[in-house]
Order: sequence, then structure tokens, then C-alpha cells
Amino acid sequence: MDYVWAFIIGGAICVVGQLLLSLTRLTPARILVLFVTAGVFLTALGAYEPLVELAGAGATVPLTGFGYALGTGAIEGAMENGVIGAFAGGITATAGGIAAAIVFGYINAVIFTPKTKKPKSPKA
Amino acid sequence: MDNIQQTQAQKKYQQRVNERMPKSKIASQCLRAFIAGGLICCIGQAVRAFGAQTLQLDEKNVAAFTSIVMVFLGATLTGLGVYDKIGSWSGAGSIVPITGFANSIVSPAMEFKREGYVMGVGAKLFSIAGPVLVYGISASVLVGLIACMVR
Amino acid sequence: MKSKGIGKQTLVFTAPPHIVSAAAIVGDVEGEGPLADYFDVVLQDDIWGEESWEKAERKMFEHAVRCALDKAELTPAKLDCLLGGDLLNQIISANFAARELQTPFLGLYGACSTMAESLLIGSMLVDGGYAACVACAATSHFSTAERQYRQPLEMGGQTTPTAQRTVTGAGCSIVTDSAYAGKRVFNHVHIPAATIGRVVDLGITDAANMGAAMAPAAADTLCVHLGDTGRGLDAYDLIVTGDLGTFGSEMFLSLCGDRGLDVAGRHFDCGCAIFGLDQKVDCGGSGCGCSASVLNAYLLRRLEAGELQRILFMATGALLSTTSGMQNDSIPGIAHGVVLERK
Repeated sequence: MDYVWAFIIGGAICVVGQLLLSLTRLTPARILVLFVTAGVFLTALGAYEPLVELAGAGATVPLTGFGYALGTGAIEGAMENGVIGAFAGGITATAGGIAAAIVFGYINAVIFTPKTKKPKSPKA
Repeated sequence: MDNIQQTQAQKKYQQRVNERMPKSKIASQCLRAFIAGGLICCIGQAVRAFGAQTLQLDEKNVAAFTSIVMVFLGATLTGLGVYDKIGSWSGAGSIVPITGFANSIVSPAMEFKREGYVMGVGAKLFSIAGPVLVYGISASVLVGLIACMVR
Repeated sequence: MKSKGIGKQTLVFTAPPHIVSAAAIVGDVEGEGPLADYFDVVLQDDIWGEESWEKAERKMFEHAVRCALDKAELTPAKLDCLLGGDLLNQIISANFAARELQTPFLGLYGACSTMAESLLIGSMLVDGGYAACVACAATSHFSTAERQYRQPLEMGGQTTPTAQRTVTGAGCSIVTDSAYAGKRVFNHVHIPAATIGRVVDLGITDAANMGAAMAPAAADTLCVHLGDTGRGLDAYDLIVTGDLGTFGSEMFLSLCGDRGLDVAGRHFDCGCAIFGLDQKVDCGGSGCGCSASVLNAYLLRRLEAGELQRILFMATGALLSTTSGMQNDSIPGIAHGVVLERK
């Protein structure tokens, strides 16, 4: 059942992104920024937590989930350590993901060389 | 040329372009985004389950473990030249998940390797991820500060 | 006082320059298209053994010039001037190729209209008596254009239905005066007139819809040209546009229709011609290599063979930059017209 909800909620969040992409011509970079920020604020308003409880990875894997981790981290930090915690909490909670992105990003960039894009030709 | 007339001609033309422009197939794009996004999240769910049950991690570490593994997958598939092909099929379905975030980090970085390792790879790693972190972290600090005040 | 111009924007060459040789090189995807057999060189991949795509692009430019010269048994030293450009910042492909060729060089930027711009200025040099033999060339490259103007190649995402694919290709024409006595590939192709385009901007801001941004410029240049020369459409076998693509062509035909011109039967767009329908490239090809390779490989041969008597070659350019795009400026378009005639 976990997987069904992860599929449905995760898919639905992506559909929201697709609608923004197709209808408003927002660039992918803007969509990513929008989703992270939206995740943070939805978390602050308490609207994202139920989604995470219901769908697990379906809510944490989309970039709104990254915002959720940032938001919960900052709020917890603020509760425990006040202003310092408000500053440190978000990054602390997401440090693993960010460090992984930097390290794996760097390694892949160094190892691999980009290939050009080709249209899907029937001959190919 | 008369300015008012010019803008009217522009408006008329833009209207005509918008009317005749071939449209994106939104329904099929959304279906694909749903399927791809859903599948990626299911993979994430499997990673979570593995972390929680097999590795016996606590809740916080499961979340970190999941993002690290998903980022690894996204970054590696980008390096192998597979992620852009997934992306051309699934659209937002592979942009919105955290694997897409990894893709947005690796793809500019690997392309600018020829411009050097510092201002090429090093700087371009963050050409798209940078804004995401700027807004995401700023928003979290703002939320944290509000939480301080409310406390 | 102008003695060689008629009307507002049209130049008439009193001793029409000749195109005596030409060459075109394209990449592998273009080589799978319907015009494959016409190109002089079809690359196996788009990096051509170089370290970077930028280096491959400048090699294509240089090679196109050398190939066109070779066919007429000329050397770079025989050239009085090389004119050309490309799409990259500070036109590095043309500049660095010119460094290798060591000929007098005028670098041009007209976005995708560069091939027509170089032919137009080259003809002026020749007809004015300032040069006897010039090379006019242009190049573009899918991968270099993509990383400069759009997004990284390995980034996953979809193209919009109006998007066009930048052609990997280069083309070069050798233009001489009538006293030229050397070897010729083309015996009959002349440039009797040309029309300098003006920048037309009807406010299109979508960089994935460049055909629509350029169509008004093409329609404007066509109308001005016909007005200046007093000719009707039936004087031309083909009205050639550079890279409007399928949707841009539709808008071009409709804009011409507004002015009472029915171009449909004699319109030919290089961007629509270079890729096959089965190649799934959305609206077709774009880039200055598109019109350059199609003209030099295909259209000149049809003129030489007598299948066409007179055409108006209008390469169309979208004059945007990444900066203007990010600042939400609209996309200005330009089209220069060059008359190519069989005599």
C-alpha cells in the first residue's frame, strides 16, 4: 500500500510541475526553485506533514520534499536553539543530500563527457 | 513609424501566432509525468524501506539515506547519458524529483569541463542548483525565524 | 548619390558577380535527411576528432572554404577577402578559421541570416571593383548553439512543438567578377541584385518560437524587394527563406497573404527541407549553417542545371542573445534577400 500512495502522490506532484511547464512556459530551473520554496512554506503551514505520513517517498522524493526537510529542520532548530537553530536547522537536516549532490555531481562531471542529443530517428 | 500603430500590429501578430501555434499535448504529457514521477517515487520508497528495515536506520537517517541514494542515481544516469532521454519522455516527471535536481547539477558541470575544473566544473555545478539552494535555504531560515518568534 | 541602388533598400550590380564554386559540410543528423546526397562532406559525428564542439565548428567553417576553393583549383592566397560568421559569442568559429586561412577577413554577424549577408556584401565588393574573388561562408553547430543559447545537453526535458533544431553545417560560396578565367563548378550562376533587410520585431518573446519571430522580417524584405524592383512574384521560380521552419513558414505565408502576395506555390524553406519528416525535429532546422548548407549544396546545383532560372534567397536571422532573452526582450528578426539568377 505504501508503494501505491508513493506512486499516486509522487506522480500527482509531478503533474503539477508538468502543468506549470506546459501552460506557463516556466523553465525547469524556475520550477525547481518554486517547488523547493513551496515545500518549505507548506511545511511551515503544516500542510505537507500529512502528505509525508501518507505517501512516504512519494512526498519526500519530489523537490517539495527537499523543501519539507529544510522547513522541518529549521523549525526544529528554532525550537531547540533559537535563532542559531533557525539558521542552522535547514541545512543540517539536508546536509547529506546537498553534500551527495556536490560530490556525486563533481565525480560524474569529471568522469563523463556529454554526448550530443539526436532526434529519435527511425533509422537510428 | 507611428508608435501606436506599431504596437497594434504587434498585438495582432502575437494573437495570430498564439492562435495558430501547434500546441503541446498536455494530456499525454501529464500522463507521462505522472507515470515517470510515480515510478521514481516508488524507487525512492524502496530505498527508504531498505534503509529502515535492512540497515535499521532511524527516521532522520532514513531520509538522508534516501536523498543520498536518489541523488547518486540521478547523477550517475546523467553521467551515463541516460537521464536526458528519460527526461525527453517524461518531462516534469523526471525534473521535479530529487533525481532531476541531481541532473541539473551534473549536466552543466560535465559540459563545462573543457572550460576548466574551477570556473568550469566547479562554478557550473551550481548554475541551476545554486538558485534552488538560495531560495530553499533562505525560505527555511525565514520559517525558522518566524518559528522562534512564535515560540 | 547612389548610382547602383534602386528603391529603398535594393542594390543592383551592374556587372553581376558570378558564383563559380561552392561547398557544404553537414553533421551526421543532417546526413540522414533528404538532401544527404548533395553535401560535399557528411560527418560521422559532430565533434570531428576535435577536443570540443567549438573546435569542430571552426574546422567545418575552414574546411567548407577550403573545399569550395579546391573545387575551383584555387588557394586561400587567391582570395581578396573572406566574409563570414557564425552564431557563437564574438563569432569565434569564423574568426579562428580565418586565422588558419590567413586571408583578408570581414567577420559578420547576422544570426541565421549570415549567409545572405555575406553574399550581399561579397557581391558589393566584387561589383565595386574592390575585390576579384571572395569567399562567403557561414556555419552553425547544434551542440555549441545548444549550450550557448539553451540548456546543457544532458539535462532532461522536453522541447516545445515550435522548437527548431540548430543545423550542424557550414557552407561557402566563391564569388568572382566576370573576368575570372579559372576553373568553375558553376558556369551560369550570377548575383544581379540584393536587398538589405531591416530589423523587424513584432514582439515575439519565446526563444523556442524563432520561426514566428523571423517571419515578419522575411515578409517585409520580400515586399520591399518586389516594390523596389517593380517585379511580381512570377519573376521568381522560388522564394527561399532560411530557417523559418514549418510554423514560421505558415506565418510567413499568412503575412504575405495580408499584403496580397500568394507565395505558397513557390516558397521553399531551407529549415523545412534539411530534415525529413520522419526525423522528429519539431518544426525543422535553424542556424546559419542551415541556409548556408542548403544553398551551397542544393539550390546552386538546381540553378546550374537549369531547373531554376531565378530565385530570391532570403536567409532569416533571429537577433537575440542570452542576455536579451533573460531580460525579457522580444526577438528582433532580419532577412536579407539575394537574387540568384541563371544566365
